[in-house]
Amino acid sequence: MALEELYKEVILDHYKSPRNKRALPGAELSCKKNNPLCGDEITIHAHLSDGRLAGIAFEGQGCSISQASASMLTEAVAGKSLQEAEGLADRFRGMMEGKVEPEEESFGDLVALRGVVKYPVRIKCAVLAWDVLQEALAGAGRAAEASH
Amino acid sequence: MAKVVEHRSGALDAERIRKDFPIFERTPHGKRLVYLDSANTSQKPRQVIDAVTDFYERHNANLYRAVYELAEEATAKFEQARARLAAFIGAPDPSCIVFNRGTTEAINLVAHGYGRKFLREGDQILLSELEHHSNIVPWQFCAEATGATLEFIPLGEEGSLDLSNLDRLITKRTKIVAITGQSNVIGTLPPLRRLADSAHSVGAVIVVDGAQLVPHNRVDVTQLDVDFLTISGHKMLGPTASGGLYGKREVLDRMDPFLGGGEMIMEVHRDHSTFKDPPHKFEAGTMNIAQEIGLVAAIDYLEEIGMDAVRDHEKELTRYAIERLTDAGARVFGSHDPETRGGAVSFWYRDIHPHDLAQVLDQEGVCVRPGHHCAQILMRVLGVPATTRASFYVYNTHEDVDALIEALGKVEAFFGA
Repeated sequence: MALEELYKEVILDHYKSPRNKRALPGAELSCKKNNPLCGDEITIHAHLSDGRLAGIAFEGQGCSISQASASMLTEAVAGKSLQEAEGLADRFRGMMEGKVEPEEESFGDLVALRGVVKYPVRIKCAVLAWDVLQEALAGAGRAAEASH
Repeated sequence: MAKVVEHRSGALDAERIRKDFPIFERTPHGKRLVYLDSANTSQKPRQVIDAVTDFYERHNANLYRAVYELAEEATAKFEQARARLAAFIGAPDPSCIVFNRGTTEAINLVAHGYGRKFLREGDQILLSELEHHSNIVPWQFCAEATGATLEFIPLGEEGSLDLSNLDRLITKRTKIVAITGQSNVIGTLPPLRRLADSAHSVGAVIVVDGAQLVPHNRVDVTQLDVDFLTISGHKMLGPTASGGLYGKREVLDRMDPFLGGGEMIMEVHRDHSTFKDPPHKFEAGTMNIAQEIGLVAAIDYLEEIGMDAVRDHEKELTRYAIERLTDAGARVFGSHDPETRGGAVSFWYRDIHPHDLAQVLDQEGVCVRPGHHCAQILMRVLGVPATTRASFYVYNTHEDVDALIEALGKVEAFFGA
């Protein structure tokens, strides 16, 4: 297994030049988690508008896989409805379990993370941002229910 | 038995020692296996593997309770292992050795059997910022159960402990001092005898986490005058789940049992039980028999080399590694003087995350450990989320350090700016 399979060019690009890595003042959604095994840390912020993720950003520190995954996530779910984002998170998890064939259209750059599946120790790095997103979405869901 | 080991300039012949370890026949990713993770677990020589196999093939039986020949042999070998380990660390008597899975279980045993029995609200447990989670979390459980509080000796200059305020840290409230014998992250060697004397001057006991100390140094618990020392056999060429706890006999006598069950009892009644004397009071259920017998072969192997030669060899590799890592642009944590530290060398390399770094190193056959090394408090003090750690043992060579440095060049190729 060549290392290039894991560290694809597009992953290193997201790592070195992360997209949407910034604070998001006034964000309705904000959630932070870390990976106790390695200390990686990711916070996701999002603006909500008409049940959609109108703006999304992340902050954090950690290895290339965790940070690239977060960067790709912000591009992949921007503008999506909460349900669509939830659905993509589930499919992303499925890809990391080797059960879901990623489709280019909704996955975009995320397809590059497929190689991580062959490095079981690193899967949790790739999934961390998605754990944060799903926890944030669950919080949004509860808030929406409470306001009805 | 190990062959006679040639000593070169006071140290040892690591290339020859390597040949005793079957695992070095492996060639990960087609490369020479460069194993720099002995602080995590050590590799095992053929002699240890054979001893475990021999026990299962020729002597296997449970201890104490049967009257047939096999059981008598197994019991005799197990008790010989206790005496062997006692002698190895300078304990006055085999009954001072409680066998169990190693340091984590041993510290939990003391925190339960001594801490919960004798600590009261307002008492203090003194740890240090160097500690491994296994020497923190059991004391947190103990503090929660008793109302005692935890205090930490701070890190001082160059990875040493700051003992300038020791008089204010060790007070008459202090009941337990629990301290590492050698840091698993930055190799610090705290002054154990001085800490033992301070602890005893206020009537406290001292517990030494010996997981990293015992495999790499000549240790004499009588000279150090510590009350407890933990031993992790798997880090000293022995089988996993071997080792245990040294305790002063008069302290062990006063303690509560830890796990309850078979073999640790004298009499069992409907409403209460009575217990055997130490060490058996602390050994419930079927023990790690083959492992402790395998540990004897590990001790034989180490003593044939000589613990002074082990330490000298690691000092030389540590010196060489720190020099080469620093030259390569890495930041090495802790002391840079091998006289004052052990051979666990943690470093930070050019802002490349340790997990990424270790992944590339793996491809070159170089095994290191990335992460927080079960020492999150120390990571916060050092101001890093994680480090990469290279650690050495009797089978490592200068060539291994060279391989590490060369592999760091490949890391640059992937992650360099």
